[in-house]
Amino acid sequence: MREEASEMSEDEEAGGAKERWAPDLGGGGEGGGSAVPFSDRVLEIVLENVLQFLTSRRDRNAASLVCRSWYRAEAQTRRDLFIGNCYAVAPRRATERFRGVRSIVLKGKPRFADFSLVPYGWGAHFSSWLFAMAPVYPWLERICLKRMTIADDDLSRIAHSFPLFKDLTLICCDGFSTVGLAIIADKCRHLRVLDLIEDYLEDEDDDEVVDWISRFPETTTSLESLVFDCVAGAFNFEALEALVARSPGLRRLRVNHHVTLEQLRRLMARAPQLTHLGTGAFRSGSVGAEAELDLTSSFAASKSLVCLSGFREVEPEYLPAIYLVCANLTSLNFSFANLTAEELKPVIQHCRNLRTFWVLDTVGDEGLLAVSQACRDLRELRVFPLDATEDSEGSVSDIGLQAISEGCRKLQSILYFCQQMTNAAVIAMSKNCPDLVVFRLCIMGRHRPDRITGEPMDEGFGAIVMNCKKLTRLSVSGLLTDKALAYIGKYGKLVRTLSVAFAGNSDLGLRYVLEGCSGLQKLEIRDSPFSDSALLCGVHHYYNMRFLWMNSCKLSMRGCKDVAERLPNLIVEVITDGTTNDAEEVERLYMYRSLEGPRNDAPPFVKIL
Amino acid sequence: MKGATCYKNDLENLRATELTLRPPGIDVEEVIRSASIATKCKKRALSEKKETDENEQATEPVAKAQIVGWPPIRAYRMNSFRSRKSLVVDDNNGGIYVKVSMDGVPYLRKIDLKIYEGYEELWRALEDMFKCSSLVPVNYDEPKYAITYEDKDGDWMLVGDVPWEMFISSCKRMRIMKGCEARGQSSSA
Repeated sequence: MREEASEMSEDEEAGGAKERWAPDLGGGGEGGGSAVPFSDRVLEIVLENVLQFLTSRRDRNAASLVCRSWYRAEAQTRRDLFIGNCYAVAPRRATERFRGVRSIVLKGKPRFADFSLVPYGWGAHFSSWLFAMAPVYPWLERICLKRMTIADDDLSRIAHSFPLFKDLTLICCDGFSTVGLAIIADKCRHLRVLDLIEDYLEDEDDDEVVDWISRFPETTTSLESLVFDCVAGAFNFEALEALVARSPGLRRLRVNHHVTLEQLRRLMARAPQLTHLGTGAFRSGSVGAEAELDLTSSFAASKSLVCLSGFREVEPEYLPAIYLVCANLTSLNFSFANLTAEELKPVIQHCRNLRTFWVLDTVGDEGLLAVSQACRDLRELRVFPLDATEDSEGSVSDIGLQAISEGCRKLQSILYFCQQMTNAAVIAMSKNCPDLVVFRLCIMGRHRPDRITGEPMDEGFGAIVMNCKKLTRLSVSGLLTDKALAYIGKYGKLVRTLSVAFAGNSDLGLRYVLEGCSGLQKLEIRDSPFSDSALLCGVHHYYNMRFLWMNSCKLSMRGCKDVAERLPNLIVEVITDGTTNDAEEVERLYMYRSLEGPRNDAPPFVKIL
Repeated sequence: MKGATCYKNDLENLRATELTLRPPGIDVEEVIRSASIATKCKKRALSEKKETDENEQATEPVAKAQIVGWPPIRAYRMNSFRSRKSLVVDDNNGGIYVKVSMDGVPYLRKIDLKIYEGYEELWRALEDMFKCSSLVPVNYDEPKYAITYEDKDGDWMLVGDVPWEMFISSCKRMRIMKGCEARGQSSSA
């Protein structure tokens, strides 16, 4: 949970290089000096020097629209390129416009790919971008990918193409293995950041797994951040310990679950300067009687720790060791730790300065009450379910939510999985936590009404959009009628990302949203009764959005084709079994604006209308 | 469990020749329903199930079939807990680990064939493992998936034909294929 990672998970400022739908000025690739008078060129150089201080994407986009001269100057000086949808623009177009890029952020698959709704091989291959960038960005330092496919060959190419390469961050990516990681470790001598976050590595046999940790150079490294809890394989611990010892700049270390507490102690001894620590498992490696483990002094020595995570196989008897650092913690991730309320309470009571807290619902409403009493400064809370099925018992409910709303008044972001909820609790949160920017409530049982009144959850979500004036991201659940969506359309003017599941009664529901939410950029809908005529209601707005995803609604090919015909710069992808007759029900729809026309790497199960 | 397994007519013979996830003689419909309540029901021998089926049809409610991708939890998180549940003491040096891939799923799984007592348990485990990744709902006439395995000779065979012991000693890896491909394969054999 890096602070920077929140930039990836939450919705940032509007759109990448194409915020407003403006025609491409000057046709991209005009380098300086082609037909520009000398005096103008001087002014441009002055402008470039000024624009270097402009870092916000939105500001830069605005600056680029002033006039051609500003467009050129901005293009020359943009160092950080953000592409919110890798298919919205071709790599070549991007590299021709922006010549001096040092860092690139690319996002690929739609978010519902995380929930197995996008078949394997859909796309978002990094290789085509790499192919375009390698020759023209020799000074590239940073690559950050989310939901893209990156192969070992790509990793090798990165290592060989960018001599100053410093930062590789892969979030929810797939396609690579320890083979590629070894090449990065070996060849990227200036590497500062290697963050592998929730990636799916290619499966490797035991004899295929490469000991990539051992491949880092023997000399002092510039490593500042090494995150590899998702790399599931075992590794050479001594190599890691030695690596940590020769990385004086290391501030963030998150290991995988193979690391025992005894080993953790050794790592912490080598790196007392750590600010972010992912403990892996938090269990002792000694079998039998509780080993004498002086973990407390290790944590006492780590005076800079502000973020703790891991705890995957937590043995609660060792938790008291962390009490000493709790007071300094701003971020704590217990979301893989199966803890009861009794086990949580003594820890959380020490965490007075916590801003971010992720936890499993095993702590129950009682645990959340303790959180609400201790963590008055909390800004972000995520409560995950241990048993993520619809029929599970559910350990947290409206009671926990109410308690949090009363104690944590500064809350800005919440993700809450539960089985039971009431409108009253949600309304209370809307009033107690006016700073809410992100509200994601997942009532796991589909179509579940208010636990006490039996009513739909319309009023609760209505209150959220009405009272939380800063709200930009919303996920709804439970029994919801068109009324809830009407509220969202009416009051959710700042909402940029909306997730709707099993909601609404009719096309009106979607219509309210599409006509009302003028700031909407990302819309995900599943299993809701919206048909072609509702889809048409958004035609005025789709060019302003990054994407629309709909699955298991009531769309037909005819309706989707209709939209495709009306909006030539909108790519309308239907994920299909191969049938293409017009009356055919569309199971999965993914639409996004693009400057390029249909992509040429679409697999057979994707039909582009 | 709901869904009678004893059809005593030609339909059964027809179905017996079709490619399914199961050995011949087991209704696909029951397979899907049973997958959804596999976590609740204890394992029972096949014969015992047949007897009690008719009795329970009227009384036992069918649990909701699990829906793909709901609740919206990343597979990474779900797998973290699932693999912990099956963390048996791993001092068995006799485990038979094979990779299982499924068309349409971005990652492979590895299972130890030794821990299953027969095909029945294997089907359940695979369905549990991949249930969140299945692409399409059931179409009884055209089963969408078939489980195949690569044997010692490098040939791809349909799982379920040979006795269990023979299977686990010769299976090198498994692949869950789309029904149309599997059909194509068998017709060319």
